[in-house]
Order: sequence, then C-alpha cells, then structure tokens
Amino acid sequence: MSDVHAIAPGLYLSGNAYIEQVMIFEDLTLQIASGEWHCLLGASGVGKSTVLRLFAGLNEGIKFGGTLSASDGFPFSNRVTFMAQNDLLLPWLNARENVLLGTRLRGQVTNQFEADTVLEKVGLADHRLKKPSQLSGGQRQRVALARTLIEERPIVLLDEPFSALDAKTRSQMQELAVDLLKGKTVLLVTHDPAEASRLGQAISIMSSSKLEKFLPPVGIIPRGLSDPETLSAQGSLLRILRGTE
Amino acid sequence: MRAVCFFFGSLIFGVCIWQAVVTLTGVPRFILPSPTLVVQTLWKSRALISEHALITFGEVLSGLVLGTALGAISAIALSASRNARDLLKPILVFSQAVPVFALAPLLTLWFGYGIWSKIVMALLIIYFPVTSAFLDALMRTPRGWLDLAKVMGGSSRRILWLIRIPAALPGLASGVRLAAVYAPIGAIIGEWVGASRGLGYLMLLANGRAKTDLMFAALIVLAVFTIVLHFLVDRLATKYLDRPD
Repeated sequence: MSDVHAIAPGLYLSGNAYIEQVMIFEDLTLQIASGEWHCLLGASGVGKSTVLRLFAGLNEGIKFGGTLSASDGFPFSNRVTFMAQNDLLLPWLNARENVLLGTRLRGQVTNQFEADTVLEKVGLADHRLKKPSQLSGGQRQRVALARTLIEERPIVLLDEPFSALDAKTRSQMQELAVDLLKGKTVLLVTHDPAEASRLGQAISIMSSSKLEKFLPPVGIIPRGLSDPETLSAQGSLLRILRGTE
Repeated sequence: MRAVCFFFGSLIFGVCIWQAVVTLTGVPRFILPSPTLVVQTLWKSRALISEHALITFGEVLSGLVLGTALGAISAIALSASRNARDLLKPILVFSQAVPVFALAPLLTLWFGYGIWSKIVMALLIIYFPVTSAFLDALMRTPRGWLDLAKVMGGSSRRILWLIRIPAALPGLASGVRLAAVYAPIGAIIGEWVGASRGLGYLMLLANGRAKTDLMFAALIVLAVFTIVLHFLVDRLATKYLDRPD
C-alpha cells in the first residue's frame, strides 16, 4: 500500500439516494474531517446505514445521485473497512482464521504471526484457536475489531458495532476501538446518544428531513462515562432525537 | 437411551401383532408368513440373500456417491452463474415432473441389465433433492458476510469457495440425508424392471414362486440396510457438514 493511501483522508457526501423509488435522503451533505471520529446519530430507518453503505461501495440497489469523494481525490476502493452490529465472524473458522479472512479472500499470503499480534492487541492472545461459538459476545466483537485492524485501511465504517453488547463490555470496546483506530477516519453510525456524546469528535444528527450538526462536548475521546459535559450532551442529543428541542 | 428402548419396544410390539394376526386368522403362509418363518428362511437362505444383497448395496452406495457428487457440482455451477440458473432451472423442474419410475425401462434399454442402469436410477432419484437443497443454501448466504467479503476486495470465485460453499454445507447435509433414503428405492425399482441379480430381483423371483417368506426376508434385509445407511449418513453429515451453531 502506498503512503498516500495510508494517510486517512476526509470524506464528503452530497446528494440524494433512493431505494426502489423510495426516497432515503435528499440534498444531504455530510463532511467528515481527516482522522476524526464522526458520529452519525439518528433513529432507526432514517437512512444512516445507506450513507455508510455508499461509503463502503455497497451501493447495490441504491440509486445515488450526487458526489461521493475523499479529500485526497483518490477512489475509495481498497481503503475502506467496516464493522457491523453483527460480528460477521464465520462460524467454521477459528479466531485467527477469521482475522485472516481478508488476506485469503484477496489471494495474498497469510501471515499467522501478524494475526496473532493483532489478536494480542485486542486481548485475545489465548483465544486465537477458538471458534466463534466458544467466545462471548464481547470477545467475538474483539475478533471483528482485530479483523478490521489487520486490513490496515485508513477509512473505518462502524455500523452500530457495540449496540448488541452489555453496558460494561460496550464501554470497554469503545475505549479499545478508540485506542486502536487512532489516526483513521472513522464514521460511526449509531442510534445511541450516549455513544455519540462519548465518542464523537463531530456529531451529525440525521432525521428523515435533514442532517443537523451538533457541537460535541469538549475533551478527548473516549470521554468519561460520568463526565457532566458528556452527560449533558447526551441529554441534549436525546431531546433533539425526540423532537422536543 | 430412551429413544433406543422405544425403538426396540415398538419393533417387538409390531412383530407380536404380526405373529398374533397370523396365528389367530390362520392366513396361508404364501399370503402372509409368520415372523418366525421369515426369520427361519432368512437364516436358511443367508448365502443366497447376501449374494443378492451385496449387489443392491453396491448399486445404492455407488448411486448415492455419484448422485451426491453430481448434485453438489451442479448446484455450485448453477449458483455461480445466473445464466446457467435461468437456463437449467426449468429443465430441472420439468425433469421432476416426469416420474422417474417411468424412465426405468428406458434406462435398462440404454444401460443394460447390469448394475449401471440401477446406479443411474438411484442417481436420478437423488440428484434433484441434493441439487435443490444445496443450491437453495448457496443462494442464501447471509448478506453481511457477502458485504464484508466485497469490502475486503474478494473475487467472486474466492467468495464462493471461502464463504458461500462452506456456509451452504448444512444445506447439502439435508440433501444427502434425503438422498440416503431415496437411493435404495431407485436401485430396487431398477432391479424390478430388468435384472438378473440384486434384492429387487430376488423379491420378484420369490413372489412369482409364492415364496412369500423369502420375499419378506429380502425386504427385511433391505429395510435394515436403509435404516443403517440413513443413520450412518446422518452421523457423517452432522459431523462433517453441519455446524454446531
């Protein structure tokens, strides 16, 4: 991978999207700065995932009219990776083989040592030979994070990857992800105001009619769980989502 | 353990009713021989029955292996190409509208009185369930896995081998389980239409000479073989094709 591809670019999307003649969003403009965690917050069904799918190049069935670009002008392909709410681990492969899936899919030489190093980073050194069915929900999502990391791609798309986890595991995973995804441009799609106020260096609130910017609380991410500013931002975000403010 | 007890319990119950009917009604032995007579004949004619049984078992196993292999290859080919699917699916469905039994004389004409016409008969009867169950599973790969593979930059050939086929193996397992039950039917029908060896031939011969006890003995051997085959195939499919989760 060349150096220019390793630097995380900013992202820009502007336009309309339709799925089977149904309008998903119209005149939407979303700008994500290079290397920032950008939270796209909204209720279910407002089209957050469509935005993410467009950036991921998974535009099958989506009719998009507009601009989709990276700040350095290079195409997105081979620079994007994503994590979903479902860990998407293949149940017949062990943790290490799951981490190496991308390498095998591209027909490249697999490097087990590298996979083990990444699994160690996510705290699963002792679980590398276990099948997903032998791992807890949190551990499985850690394997998914390791699989995302080993791809070494500058743009990371996160589609509510922590929402199915219990509160304790979720907060630990948030911290781990922020630590390990440093320097990458991250788009985090979430419906959770607490997550957005904890992780967003920029926050956009998406509703069926518009995209609204929200000034995130000060402080480096991940912000403290009981930090008054984070809690206050969380409250404000919730009120906006409920349409009372 | 409980299931085994009930299995033998119901077997003994059935045999008792059979013996009671024969004893109480005094039905002639060429209409319905008693279970004790059938067991005696089975023991006395063990050499004759095993000689014919081995032929039938060989036909069934060959048909099962070939039919499964051909069905699996067809399903993979059909899943890989939409044109092949659109072209061949109507033919597959039409082929099922023709009763396979009606083809038996034709197969004997084409493949002769030897074992091949029976193997082809067994193959034809199991080809559709195997192809259809495996193809269905191949076309239902969870979308998330395919999205992930696409973003990772996998070619469609590698996605097929590394994700779609392994994910569809439980579907193949259901097809093979059905095939194990159908294959003996195919072989026996083939033998009825034209053969000089095999359990089907022996049954016809015994029936024609009013040796109903021998016919029952051959039938019992066939039934036990089918049950054992089904059990073994089920165990193998569970071990190698199914997934624990």
